[in-house]
Amino acid sequence: MNNFSYTQATTAKEATRQRKDEPTAAYIAGGTTLLDLMKANLEEHAQLIDINLLPFKGVEQTKDGLRIGAMERMNDVGEHALVRELFPAVSESLLLAASPQLRNMASIGGNILQRTRCGYFRDAAFPCNKRVPGSGCPALQGDNHNLAILGTSEACIATAYPGDLAVALTAFDAVLTLENPKGKQRRVPVTEFYLLPGTTPQRETVLEPGELIVAVTLPLTAHARRSTYLKVRERASYAYALASAAVGLDVQSGTIRAARVALGGVGTRPWRSPEAEKVLTGAPATEATFRAAAAAALQGAQPREHNRYKVELAQNTLVRALQQVAG
Amino acid sequence: MQSDLFPDSDAPQPDDSSRRSFMKQAGGILGLALAPPLVAQAERLTAYSKTIEGATEVTLRVNGQARTLRIEPRVTLLDALREYLDLTGTKKGCDHGQCGACTVHVDGRRINSCLTLAVMQQGKEITTIEGLAQGEQLHPMQEAFIKHDGFQCGYCTPGQIMSGVACVKEGHAGTDAQAREWMSGNLCRCGAYANILAAVREVAQRG
Ligand SMILES: Cc1cc2nc3c(=O)[nH]c(=O)nc-3n(C[C@H](O)[C@H](O)[C@H](O)COP(=O)(O)OP(=O)(O)OC[C@H]3O[C@@H](n4cnc5c(N)ncnc54)[C@H](O)[C@@H]3O)c2cc1C
Ligand code: SF4
Ligand code: FES
Ligand code: FES
Repeated sequence: MNNFSYTQATTAKEATRQRKDEPTAAYIAGGTTLLDLMKANLEEHAQLIDINLLPFKGVEQTKDGLRIGAMERMNDVGEHALVRELFPAVSESLLLAASPQLRNMASIGGNILQRTRCGYFRDAAFPCNKRVPGSGCPALQGDNHNLAILGTSEACIATAYPGDLAVALTAFDAVLTLENPKGKQRRVPVTEFYLLPGTTPQRETVLEPGELIVAVTLPLTAHARRSTYLKVRERASYAYALASAAVGLDVQSGTIRAARVALGGVGTRPWRSPEAEKVLTGAPATEATFRAAAAAALQGAQPREHNRYKVELAQNTLVRALQQVAG
Repeated sequence: MQSDLFPDSDAPQPDDSSRRSFMKQAGGILGLALAPPLVAQAERLTAYSKTIEGATEVTLRVNGQARTLRIEPRVTLLDALREYLDLTGTKKGCDHGQCGACTVHVDGRRINSCLTLAVMQQGKEITTIEGLAQGEQLHPMQEAFIKHDGFQCGYCTPGQIMSGVACVKEGHAGTDAQAREWMSGNLCRCGAYANILAAVREVAQRG
């Protein structure tokens, strides 16, 4: 880890001003992504700005829905009574992630900005377009067993966001509140926050330099109340998803009135599937419908040598998740 | 760099600029660790300006004692405990949040000390495996690990015990399945899981 100076900020203004003065500075919240990468010399920062004292706290109902402060910790949000009741899938996505210790440290904002687990990205000895633009992508022909099959490009096939929470946020139309160094706030839907890799895999989100994530707001809906997050991994716990599904259904007398579907572990970004939702909406809540929706969701998949298994795995994961919420 | 591992050997001596920055914030962060506990922590922290550069004196509260050490900001809490305070009970397994060997409690919550900076933990109550026993009286979780033979080589054990204590306190050891899930942040290469589980469950059931 390179040497750096450390500053504790107590207001957003103080944090962003520090960041403007030192362009290579980074914010640190829980530190579980940032220090991990800095120890591997994958990131270097001259200054770390501690944002743990910023008042981005609380889980509360507002007129726009449930608002969760970016500095709240994963465990606290996952176990929060309102989150459990109104957004079971969000609660489950948090409590199935990482480990209890990490979830006590990790913030909601940091979770949204975690980085890919692509092995080549995480080993500075290899070229990687995401880490060093233009250097190449060894994963195309190499070990790609945990990489994406949807939204890939010739430049990068990584699941840029490998985690869980943002998959649930993507399914349930969450909106991020961001604040820039001028103190100006803007709201960005999660579905527009993450970028596809295209020819610029180093650009992963629409976050501007120095901009802070302040909060996440989730609109209250019937389909979000009846939701689940199903995560499939190589071991029972403490592992990233090979495939996951966040789904919500509003079923009335056997007919699906509204549906939300997002997949994790298979897309270059948290993968919302309007195709699956279209199949589900207005259809009977039966296994045949769920199978058709799963087929539609994976229609555009472009698997490679070691991740072909994900096409079927993701479909089965989605079907099982839909069966669970349909009851 | 050597300096964050071996503080007493080739650690860079403070040049004038880091001495200045030390003085600049000595009344700040240093002072606040000694401030009366009645003042809310956030209040104490807002009262001072707090940039730390180079090796700087900081105070950590570890196992009920204020300990002052001279560290660079990049020193993790784990390295501060092991290499600067000689509290080697907390183990370094992976150093990347993947094994749980470094588990300690900060303000009563279990965390991985390898992925946080020591300077970020000033003003907090840190408990390590050394702080669990009351004199010669072992903590019930320590006793349960001995009774159930919850280890083989013992390397993961301090982390398992710290995690186990927190797991029971959180109310996450109510069933075998629940305890397994909420203890999953602690890996054991020797595979002593069955006995670890028995120890945690016994302490949970005793209430
Ligand atoms: C072993 C291991 C296993 C894991 N398993 C999972 C898993 O199964 N599922 C899962 O979802 N995640 C998993 N994670 C990832 C973990 O959830 C993230 O590391 C964590 O959520 C990051 O939060 P943090 O507060 O520690 O972020 P930090 O490390 O402090 O910050 C991460 C990045 O976000 C920036 N940042 C942080 N907060 C803000 C903000 N408010 N505004 C602007 N920028 C900000 C920082 O500058 C930094 O670049 C795992 C991590 C580890 C180490
Ligand atoms: S898949 Fe993306 S992150 Fe992985 S090596 Fe290729 S460019 Fe880098
Ligand atoms: S040493 Fe911290 S989790 Fe392994
Ligand atoms: S007892 Fe050897 S690693 Fe757990």
